[in-house]
Amino acid sequence: MKFRLYRYSPESGEKPTMQDVELDIEPAGKMLLDALLAIKAQDETLSLRRSCREGVCGSDAVNVNGKNRLACITPLSELKEPIEVRPLPGLPVIRDLIVDMEPFYKQYRSIKPWLINDAPEPEVERLQSPADRALLDGAYECILCACCTTACPSFWWNPDTFVGPAGLLQAYRFIADSRDEATAARLDNLEDPYRLYRCRGIMNCVDACPKGLNPTAAIGRIKSLLVKRRV
Amino acid sequence: MNTRRFDALIIGGGGAGLRAALQLARSDYKVAVVSKVFPTRSHTVSAQGGITAALANVDDDRWEWHMYDTVKGGDWLGDQDAIEFMCREAATAVYELEHMGLPFSRLDNGKIYQRPFGGQSKNFGGEQATRTCAAADRTGHALLHTLYQQNIAHRTQFFDEYFALDLVRDADGYCLGVTAMSIETGEPLLIEARTTLLATGGAGRVFWNSSNAMINTGDGLGMVLRAGLSLQDMEFWQFHPTGIAGVGCLITEGVRGEGGYLLNKNGERFMERYAPHAKDLAGRDVVARAIAIEIAEGRGCGVQADYIDLKLDHLGEALIAEKLPGIRDLSIRFAGVDPAKAPIPVAPTAHYMMGGIPTNLHGQVVAPARFGPEEPVPGLYAVGECACVSVHGANRLGGNSLLDLIVFGRAAGKHMQEYLRDNPYPRPLPEAAAGASLARLARWDRPGSERVAAISDDLRRMMQAHAGVFRTDAVLREGLEKLNALEARLAHAGLQDTSRVFNTARIEALELENLIGVARATLVSAIHRTESRGAHTREDFPARDDENWLKHTLYSREGDQVDAKPVRLKPLTVESIKPKERVY
Repeated sequence: MKFRLYRYSPESGEKPTMQDVELDIEPAGKMLLDALLAIKAQDETLSLRRSCREGVCGSDAVNVNGKNRLACITPLSELKEPIEVRPLPGLPVIRDLIVDMEPFYKQYRSIKPWLINDAPEPEVERLQSPADRALLDGAYECILCACCTTACPSFWWNPDTFVGPAGLLQAYRFIADSRDEATAARLDNLEDPYRLYRCRGIMNCVDACPKGLNPTAAIGRIKSLLVKRRV
Repeated sequence: MNTRRFDALIIGGGGAGLRAALQLARSDYKVAVVSKVFPTRSHTVSAQGGITAALANVDDDRWEWHMYDTVKGGDWLGDQDAIEFMCREAATAVYELEHMGLPFSRLDNGKIYQRPFGGQSKNFGGEQATRTCAAADRTGHALLHTLYQQNIAHRTQFFDEYFALDLVRDADGYCLGVTAMSIETGEPLLIEARTTLLATGGAGRVFWNSSNAMINTGDGLGMVLRAGLSLQDMEFWQFHPTGIAGVGCLITEGVRGEGGYLLNKNGERFMERYAPHAKDLAGRDVVARAIAIEIAEGRGCGVQADYIDLKLDHLGEALIAEKLPGIRDLSIRFAGVDPAKAPIPVAPTAHYMMGGIPTNLHGQVVAPARFGPEEPVPGLYAVGECACVSVHGANRLGGNSLLDLIVFGRAAGKHMQEYLRDNPYPRPLPEAAAGASLARLARWDRPGSERVAAISDDLRRMMQAHAGVFRTDAVLREGLEKLNALEARLAHAGLQDTSRVFNTARIEALELENLIGVARATLVSAIHRTESRGAHTREDFPARDDENWLKHTLYSREGDQVDAKPVRLKPLTVESIKPKERVY
């Protein structure tokens, strides 16, 4: 199969290039990660992140033929050749397919992604109805791979000020949690022309999410909560 | 060389490390976590089915029953004081996770959802219990993210994408920190800490067919071996019965807990023959052996007759969507099968290391010393899969590993605070504290003809063939000879990639060094133990032999020496559970 790989070595002093690679691999049942690792076995200078190889750790997000995906759950047989693999867009490239995720993590941390409840803790669990728990479905499963946020043009232009779809989905995960008591503060934190309202509903995030989550819908719910509390 | 100083240092950002770090971050002590991946990429994230605690939310339950099941599940090799401690603390530890925000699935009455899991019973071996607390089939993900979130809230210092190299110890044996390397810059770093916790996880990547993440390379075990300390019970590896055939990805035992079952090519529920009472929910070692036998005797499914069917379509789409959504996703992607419509092809896959770094129930690493077989190594702790406390004995029960991380992570975090109080002043570093680490790094700047990736592949194939579900003396010894040859090749290996920045080839070389140590400990310990117990099945010694082998194995690298230490059969407060035949 034919691949075109983004290569960049900061120590070489040279500009990034696209490298053409041919790999003898039977695509049936194989994932893109299998191919990248096979290429790395031949040329170990190719650098990428990977860990669980089953789509739950979020390490190996890359841009494949123009779309952000997890290499480990992208079937080779679905991809048109030459398969062009680039680092995630919108983040500084450290080397080859590895980007600096810190701007993404910084926005994640900015929404205070932890449960806030200052009431005395019961000796047992806090109760939560199955219906209330169901509100977290589609929000808590995020794996922080950054496929969505780095597919978002609003994040490309405003990485310092726009939280981005992953961060906003996490903000919603805590707003929606019946156990969390900080909804008002969370909404205050987002009521800002940039932090929340840079979302223009482009919906690239929904298309990019490898876990089938819908950040745009969560953002819509946050916006409507803000409207509701104003009236 | 750059040096950083903390009170406490945690190596590993998975569930055990983050739970311990949180305990310390809530105190006044300065704590740092070193992780070779961003913490939420740690392998805890892959745990599916749940965390076991006798909450009795669904059915009668008591921690004493959980304790009995754990002792029996481990084929009496587990230390009963540690097991009592874990099962007693389980409910509190799980409630704490709930208070931290872990999004557990819920019962109609709003309590935490629990499901049946393998090896669980009521009344000390009676009817099936329902004891495993779950967040759908993503419990590990929910747990790891919750702990990471709490650590951010408590301002734990993170060294993300730093690779720990070696322990730094002084002449009196005190652990004073570690040497590490920034993966991003290639710069070595010395991190001083009065107390260090190893929480580096398992080493399942030593096998070809494995459920483990690619990062599970036994780095903490390598550090301990290089420090001249021993590893315990390394012959005991759990092969999970239901890995996706040919891929290895895990299909949770929760599938069988929810009512799924195994079928051979004749459509027979063969587990009824092997475990008439518990059937598909027998101990994992029992089910894995049964599957291996079915396949070996020609009753496997498919063209090659090399897998078994895991049927769950009768559970209905609604239950699968609510309780097993992740499994459905994995099965569709990796097996091309929608389990709501057709069975999943499964085969045993290397899953969990019962052995590891010997510790006491405070998480202190212990070693034979002047005053007995178990003297704490001052300043050094270990928790989680890399540790052997030993609660899992010869075979771990499903749902007990997340519990192990949380209970002992918490206990170690507490004890480290006591240690810091008792040892308020940093001890001076020895001369050239980083010398050995720097030499090891420099070694990989030398050219060589052998490739790391090729040796790694051969190592995994060798372990798969020579240290798998069924073992004999001859097969194991042949494996050891092959390992010697692989080590000789490693001496001639060199890197094509000589760069500093994010040189993942160099990391893989360092990981291979650690894996080799794990493989050697496994083979030597497995040769030594001439009985079958739990997950260690010797075809040449098919029976359990309590008279000679009711004891732990201690392996040390110096001369491949094997020692023993007694199993602690005396619990903390309750009566000892006496060894008896283990049937399900």
